[in-house]
Amino acid sequence: MTFLESASLPAWLIAAIFFAAVLSSVSQGRGAGALRWILPAVPLLGFISLLIAAIRLDGEVASYSLSWAPQIGLNWDIWVSPVGLLLGLLVTGIGTLIVIYTGGYLGDEKKRASFLGILFVFMAAMLGVAFTEHLLVFFVFWELTSLASYLLIGFYKEKEESRKSALDAMLITVGGGVALLAGILLLGEAGGSYRISELIENRDTIISSSLYPLIFVCVFLGAATKSAQFPFHFWLPGAMAAPAPVSAYLHSATMVKVGVFLLMLMHPLLGETALWHFTLLGFGTVTMLWGALVAMVQKDLKRLLAFSTVSALGTLVMLLGIENKLAAKTIVIFLIVHALYKGALFMVAGILEKSTGTRDVAQLRGLFKAMPVLAVAAGLAAFSMSGLPPFIGFIAKELLYEVKLEIPIVGWAVLIAGFLANAANIVVAGKVGIAPFLKSREGNLESIKRPGFALVLGPAILGVGSLLLGIFPGLILGDGVAAAASQIKMSPVDVKLKLWHGINLVLLLSVLTVATGVVGFLLRERLWGFGSWVSRRFGWSGKGVFRSALYGFIRISGKLTDRVQSGNLRQYFATIFVAALAMLSAAWAAVGRDVPWEIGGEPFRPELIVVVGLLAIVLGFLSREQGRMTAILLLGVVGFGIAAIFGLLGAPDLAITQILVETLTLVLFALAVYRLPTNQKTGAHRWPWRVGAALLAGFVGLLFAMLTLKALHLEVALPVSAELAALSVPEAYGRNVVNVILVDFRALDTLGEICVLVIAALGVVAMLGRSGRSGIISKTPVSRSAVLEASARFTAPIMIVFSIYLLLKGHNEPGGGFIGGLVLAMAVVLQHLADPSRKLSILTLSPTGLCVVGLLLAIASGLPGFLTDGVFLKALWGGEVTLPPVGKLKFGTPLIFDIGVFVVVAGIVLLLYGAMAGVKERNGGLRSSVDSPLA
Amino acid sequence: MDIFLAVFVGLLAAVGTWLVVTGSLFRMLIGLAVLAQAANVLIFVSGGISGEGTGIIDKSENALGESAPDPLVQALILTAIVISFGVLAFAMTLLKKHRESEDLCRLPIEKGGES
Repeated sequence: MTFLESASLPAWLIAAIFFAAVLSSVSQGRGAGALRWILPAVPLLGFISLLIAAIRLDGEVASYSLSWAPQIGLNWDIWVSPVGLLLGLLVTGIGTLIVIYTGGYLGDEKKRASFLGILFVFMAAMLGVAFTEHLLVFFVFWELTSLASYLLIGFYKEKEESRKSALDAMLITVGGGVALLAGILLLGEAGGSYRISELIENRDTIISSSLYPLIFVCVFLGAATKSAQFPFHFWLPGAMAAPAPVSAYLHSATMVKVGVFLLMLMHPLLGETALWHFTLLGFGTVTMLWGALVAMVQKDLKRLLAFSTVSALGTLVMLLGIENKLAAKTIVIFLIVHALYKGALFMVAGILEKSTGTRDVAQLRGLFKAMPVLAVAAGLAAFSMSGLPPFIGFIAKELLYEVKLEIPIVGWAVLIAGFLANAANIVVAGKVGIAPFLKSREGNLESIKRPGFALVLGPAILGVGSLLLGIFPGLILGDGVAAAASQIKMSPVDVKLKLWHGINLVLLLSVLTVATGVVGFLLRERLWGFGSWVSRRFGWSGKGVFRSALYGFIRISGKLTDRVQSGNLRQYFATIFVAALAMLSAAWAAVGRDVPWEIGGEPFRPELIVVVGLLAIVLGFLSREQGRMTAILLLGVVGFGIAAIFGLLGAPDLAITQILVETLTLVLFALAVYRLPTNQKTGAHRWPWRVGAALLAGFVGLLFAMLTLKALHLEVALPVSAELAALSVPEAYGRNVVNVILVDFRALDTLGEICVLVIAALGVVAMLGRSGRSGIISKTPVSRSAVLEASARFTAPIMIVFSIYLLLKGHNEPGGGFIGGLVLAMAVVLQHLADPSRKLSILTLSPTGLCVVGLLLAIASGLPGFLTDGVFLKALWGGEVTLPPVGKLKFGTPLIFDIGVFVVVAGIVLLLYGAMAGVKERNGGLRSSVDSPLA
Repeated sequence: MDIFLAVFVGLLAAVGTWLVVTGSLFRMLIGLAVLAQAANVLIFVSGGISGEGTGIIDKSENALGESAPDPLVQALILTAIVISFGVLAFAMTLLKKHRESEDLCRLPIEKGGES
């Protein structure tokens, strides 16, 4: 079968399992009968095909590459290596049993369907981790396992503790994942590749690189969080909030092993340095001892097992820290042994809880009669865990002692820790696998649900497996273990497994361990009392610290947000001003502080001083004014005053524009005030804020004044305006340089600006226009002013004609599209104010229509230049006519552009006015829905 | 002359800031308008105020005189005036909308206050 030999097998498996996930989720419990047989078959087939692949490959590595994003050198590089096969077989093998077990464990079919859906996603992710060589893709699968774990731990989502534990677990493992990602990126930096096989070739470069310690720490953090090493271990006992299949599968047999698996893969790359050796040995030993000691004093079945899993994970990490071939061999065997017995015992714990309704070890007793098969299976697993012959656990324990005896220098400390851990294992094994089934003098449990076949099958197979592997170790395990160990050590490891080694120091230690463990088991009640005393006395837990840190962090950020996002607009403005002030001051400091103080400089203009002085007084009133209408009028005065300044300083166009805009602003403001409800908060602020505001205003004013002085006397480069002014008549045929700049030289800017205006106007309409006004404002009866009506009848037509004159004349004299458009709009507004029933339209064009037509005209005027010279908005000129009032009028694209501006500006003003006055737009024009606002 | 205009620009900016930071929402709007004026005058003045005449070329000449004011600055401000008008209208609409929705939330129990 070439199919099974090809390294694409994992890809097919992952796809099949994802399909199973979808199938299960979509079924929603329908077709449960058929699915019950189909779903376990998927991982079972995976297990068989991986087993065949393992036998055929016989220790060789096969690889295969699927193109993902070749542009950035990212492919899904698959490799089938001995260590990967080991993990893959565990995932699919135990996975099969777990899927069957779940069928008996979760009664509700809908819940089971969604549960299995997530479980299959997890399974696929695990296979991805096992068989992916490209580290970035590996990381994706790695994170997917964390995510699936989160969903599974929090499966009982109605329980708060369940959700919190899930979050703990995810934050810890994903936090470690971030470290791992950093490590992977650094590794790619140092080793020039993300493929493990290529990185191994560059091992010397990586080890000697200055990045090595950082890489190691990052990778180790990833592994240590995932594999629950002290002090990150606390998420694992918390994860026991999950349903039993999850605990058995993810949190003992497979996912928590992924950290160890990563370290196994990384050993050829990063291992065999002092840093690696001491870090792993240290963390591993502490975790091993801590987990074992805490486990011994637990009362809850699953917590017991969880802490002993922590201990086992510590043992594995410790073994990886010991640099010899024997250790490599032991890791592989212990990994298998632990998965078998711990998976079985977790399933037993789940069944016991389900049947009796309790997980308290003290209450569980005398269950042998009710569930004899389960009792035997549990006993087998417990014996293997205790390391009794002829179980595989015995071989593992012998090897462990052998390894520890070989450690130089710190060996004795590790040996003692290992001895205690092994003894504690016996206590745990007894409490979970044996004690519940023993007879008791006190009343035995009644009303027990007998576990069905699906539930007992898993523990039974794993228990019998532990026994068979122990009796025939070499036959089944030998070659596989040797291949995996060789991969870790990068050199051939010889593996001969046998039960009986003869009488030696190791055997003596074993006997001592068993004796100590049995004594501990008999004294378990007292131990428990001691343990609870200790935990009361020294109530420290990683979980407590982590949670208080987490919730403290959330609280602080909440407070910070409350302060920063206070919802107080004034505060936001103050922040903007302070920031702008700081930046401008910095710029000021950089440019230079010398300010030219020239009081009374050359052209002394008394009339200007009068205007400025008057305006200063008006501003003083304005700053104190509380009444709205007065404030608007004062603002208008300021605006007109500034128009006067523009006029006095040689800018007639600006003066006219300013006057028109001020007038329109007055009208709009008046309309707004008229429409505004009256309950407006006064600006009553406490005095510290007022003082601060005054200071801020003072500084802003000072800065503006200094900037003005600086700008007046600072010439960074020669102004371009001289050139523009020189070209104005010969090339643009215009004497009003301002207008020439607007419609010719810098026409693109102007186009952008009128677009901004249209957008602002449409924004206003979007908020107010179509819907008119909401019904808050009281409707006053329609009343018209006869005087206004009469005068508008004469003035408005004259203004319309005048606006066209201004437009056409603007190229040579003050005027132009902007000014003309404003005048035109004003004429229409005047008519509408006088007679609100009039349509707000010009030549049947609604304000929106005017905006569109104007914009299109302006854009169209740019096209000829684009078509002839490839330059958008390049001016092209034609003939000249003489119109009596205007004088000479030269035709050209800038004229069309200016007409566009004219129409747009008129449209915008009408749009704004219409929105403010509450006029609804109907087809063809605006019709007032209500009364005259100013009447 | 410079110093008068500089002080005037400073005064505009200060009053604008003061209105924005201390006032009611309506005064804030007025403050924004004043600040826009300050910016316009600042830019205008930065083009130089020493000159005589306007940005319009005499019929007898073909170019602006030596001491004529800077036309480019004027072109910039001309559009700036119209744009700040648009922005102001937009802000005014926001204020109006805000008042209306606030009113709907509050119901007419809390009527009264400053006009």
